[in-house]
Amino acid sequence: MDTADRAIINNLQGGFPVAERPFAEVAATLGLSEEDLISRIGKLLAQGTLTRFGPMYHAERLGGALTLAAMKIPADEFDRVAEIVNSFPEVAHNYARDHAFNMWFVLATETPEEIGRVIADIEHKTGYTVHNMPKLEEFFVGLRFEA
Amino acid sequence: MQAMQIKTQGAEVDTMPIDNTDRRIIAATQAGLPLVTRPYHAIGEQLGIEPQEVMRRMKRMCASGVIRRIGAVPNHYALGYQANGMSVWNVPDARVRELGQKIGDLEFVSHCYHRPRHLPDWPYNVFAMVHGHDRAEVEQQVKQIADLLGDANQGHAVLYSTRILKKTGLRISV
Repeated sequence: MDTADRAIINNLQGGFPVAERPFAEVAATLGLSEEDLISRIGKLLAQGTLTRFGPMYHAERLGGALTLAAMKIPADEFDRVAEIVNSFPEVAHNYARDHAFNMWFVLATETPEEIGRVIADIEHKTGYTVHNMPKLEEFFVGLRFEA
Repeated sequence: MQAMQIKTQGAEVDTMPIDNTDRRIIAATQAGLPLVTRPYHAIGEQLGIEPQEVMRRMKRMCASGVIRRIGAVPNHYALGYQANGMSVWNVPDARVRELGQKIGDLEFVSHCYHRPRHLPDWPYNVFAMVHGHDRAEVEQQVKQIADLLGDANQGHAVLYSTRILKKTGLRISV
């Protein structure tokens, strides 16, 4: 990764234009050629420095629902419960964390009503309580990871 | 950078009117934009929609918030941010909005949310994701948040992820 790659990462985490030649517009501000910018973004994606390049959609505004849920699982039950939780297609990601609330997962469903159904189902199949922690309010931040 | 509060009660989020053509554009672009000189033209060609129409609709979705932003999503592990802590805070309900906004303004916070408490075991009502190159850096950031909150901090914890159990990413089905 060189200076130009860092400039791309630091300046392109939002605000990519909707225009006829958007890469040319951005390249001009970064002092790169359009062709160089396109090939660098492709390389950063291929090597895994970027995970995506494009529009980020807002699931809830498209009618879908998201929530964060947490469970407290005894150590000797953890793997069994993780397997059951992960088997639900609605579980988008699931992390083990170092706390009494040790399993944290995101549920994504097509409608808000399905969140409750999936939670009840997980509780039934695992025998443990699911603590639903939907966001009540979001304090939006400009996401910026300095490269 | 200024934080901006974008919405209120989760259950009452407005869903924006989008039609079938919008849905096709979303499906064609949610994995990424084509890396060509005229990406919106390429999408139009793929879908049989005029490029001007693709751009008009994408601009509208940006304005309405259906598109949060367009750009690059860095893999923060690849950039050296190895320590990622979920810091959680117990602050007075009456001050959640004011303090959540202040936390969101901090450079190192990538997400900040008001979430419900689950008493008695879970007294925390504000979540802030913080990222550092190591845990010492994260602890320093957490201290900055604690200093910022002062007396309003009625307890906090930092939860580090120890294992990724599943990661399929969010795909919106449209």
